[in-house]
Amino acid sequence: MTTKIAVRGLCKVFGTAPAKALELLRRGLSKEEIFARTGQTIGVHDANFEIEAGEIFVVMGLSGSGKSTLVRMLNRLIEPTAGEIVVDGRDITRMSRRELIELRRRDMSMVFQNFALMPHLRVWENAAFGLEVAGFDPVARRERAMNALEAVGLKPYAECWPSELSGGMQQRVGLARALANEPSILLMDEAFSALDPLTRGEMQDELLRLQAEHQRTIVFISHDLDEAIRIGDRLAIMEGGRIVQIGRPDEILKAPANDYVRSFFRNVDLTRVLTAGDIARRDQVTLVRHPGEGVRAALRQLRERDREFGYVQDARRRFHGIVSVESLIAALERSNGGASLADAFLPDVTPVPSDVSMSEVLALVARSPYPLPVVDGNGAYVGAISKTAYLEALGRSR
Amino acid sequence: MKFELPLGDLVEAVVEFLMRHAQWLFDAIEIVVGGLADGIGAALEFPPDVVLAGLIVGLAFYRVGWKFAVFAAVALAVIFALGLWPQTVDTLTLVLTATVIALILGIPLGIAAGRSDRIESALRPMLDLMQTMPAFVYLIPAAMFFGLGTVPGVIATIVFALPPVVRLTSLGIRQVPEELVEAGLAFGCTSRQLLFKVQIPTALPSIMAGVNQTIMLALSMVVIASMIGAGGLGNQVLRGIQRLDIGLGFEGGLAVVLVAILLDRITQSFGKPRTKSAPMTARGSTAPTSESADRPAAMQPAEPGA
Ligand SMILES: Nc1ncnc2c1ncn2[C@@H]1O[C@H](COP(=O)(O)OP(=O)(O)O)[C@@H](O)[C@H]1O
Ligand SMILES: [Mg+2]
Repeated sequence: MTTKIAVRGLCKVFGTAPAKALELLRRGLSKEEIFARTGQTIGVHDANFEIEAGEIFVVMGLSGSGKSTLVRMLNRLIEPTAGEIVVDGRDITRMSRRELIELRRRDMSMVFQNFALMPHLRVWENAAFGLEVAGFDPVARRERAMNALEAVGLKPYAECWPSELSGGMQQRVGLARALANEPSILLMDEAFSALDPLTRGEMQDELLRLQAEHQRTIVFISHDLDEAIRIGDRLAIMEGGRIVQIGRPDEILKAPANDYVRSFFRNVDLTRVLTAGDIARRDQVTLVRHPGEGVRAALRQLRERDREFGYVQDARRRFHGIVSVESLIAALERSNGGASLADAFLPDVTPVPSDVSMSEVLALVARSPYPLPVVDGNGAYVGAISKTAYLEALGRSR
Repeated sequence: MKFELPLGDLVEAVVEFLMRHAQWLFDAIEIVVGGLADGIGAALEFPPDVVLAGLIVGLAFYRVGWKFAVFAAVALAVIFALGLWPQTVDTLTLVLTATVIALILGIPLGIAAGRSDRIESALRPMLDLMQTMPAFVYLIPAAMFFGLGTVPGVIATIVFALPPVVRLTSLGIRQVPEELVEAGLAFGCTSRQLLFKVQIPTALPSIMAGVNQTIMLALSMVVIASMIGAGGLGNQVLRGIQRLDIGLGFEGGLAVVLVAILLDRITQSFGKPRTKSAPMTARGSTAPTSESADRPAAMQPAEPGA
């Protein structure tokens, strides 16, 4: 993993005497106190973070917490008051006008809350806007714009006017415009907030699908926690211009930095944040499958520990199946002593991947007669989810 | 003792000073404006009357619709029948000349004012003055500087008709949604690209409303300007007033009104957003119905921007 964007000590003060406000900030005064004393508004204070290439980094916070200011400093639509922003090793706060324009044309593009499509341009011309500005010839412009429109499923609408499209379709055009010049960084300021919930969900899926095909570094602003959790690899939570916590959704959920963060997560649907891996427990009997380990030994182990089921893995911890006391006895009877563990496997056991969300696991856990086995990406046994464990995880989170 | 502020004397002194020392400037302006007016007049008179009338009707049909084209044909026929066609062409010449110059000056001024608060606040009192000063007042210095005839009439008309296009251009530029400006910048527009690719096209309806108002003001001023010999339909009205001939005045007035309606509707049509006039071709020929495309198309996997 390489660092794509590194932000250090980034500040923005709106007003005529930023130096004074910065000084007060350093002395630890809050945004409100500084406004009362100097009339200067703190947009962002001392933001520090790094974003990996290919990551979706979501910035969350209440209205007025400085999200838009932060993201607009990344392409210098808003000039930072202090701090540095290093993109691909270059500090963009020191770039000349010319270099900055090149950066905006080539490496970064933006998707806006209210779409910001040019009303005087047709859909395909809107998608081609960045290319036109960058000086592509008309043929290349049209071809690349059409490709971008195709990627978002809007090619048949290329000749329409933006005002003829629904909100969701307009934002697809906004997305196509941002993708057309194939930037490595996408800045999205509440890009889906103006859409109705159904369309918003579709657009989130769309974004994830595009991201799966072609990794870009995405900075996504949102005030909707469900959205943030759904699409974000990591979240940064902002409060009054400061970033109060950064981490993966589940990390923040498990250890919120303060009451503000906690209040954000209060109403969140936990079953969509926690994954099977998070709630799986390793308290089942595991049996290692190797030539020496016979059916009788397994039976003995289960009886000694008074358990009904055993989870079979090999020496490399790969999960193979589940045996039960009953199935072991049946196998013994069938084979007159020559049985192997595989003969005793319960039928139709499918382990769930550890990154499946709790909400998706629910039905499986409810239906399963045995605790549900969970495996990681390599097929290694992670643990099992019993009905009790599931309910306890739910209870813990309230 | 009675004291009066000698403002009138002061203005008189300034005008006299200018006449004595800046005559070369007025001569130059006269040559340019007079030349343009002659050119436009010649262009309007070059085709046979019927052809010019046909062109106007055609424009009315193309820009507005067949009903308005019928109206235009009838209106022009009435003007012909009243024997006012030559005066109408003269009036059109004056209006077009004054409008062209007013736009050449006014649109750039409006753009500058729209992009800079300082220019805006410097211009505003001047525009207020130009608009509220009774139109007749411009006639005096115009006549003093340029004598009688077409040129002073055009000059007075320009001064009177300039403010709306400046104001509405500035307003249009200022009303371009902030997000559109941000979008322009975020995709790498230079300041000039931002102006020509985002701000002016987006402000176009407002700018065209300004153009329309400027034309209408120019038409109303042209009538007044006939008092200093500008000619055209205004003469007809003026003669009606001087002779207390209601019929004569009414005929001239009616012709002015008809010309006003034609100019108004045709120029307004340029201010309509393109989306209103275009969807028939865009929708009918290329796009499927809106329900079918929002979803299924989007769900098919496709190469992104490759
Ligand atoms: N151009 C500006 N001038 C003055 N204050 C501003 C400006 N833009 C934003 N602010 C202030 O900065 C703070 C953060 O705003 P913003 O970044 O828009 O928040 P968010 O996007 O999280 O809602 C707010 O207090 C807002 O009032
Ligand atoms: Mg915002």
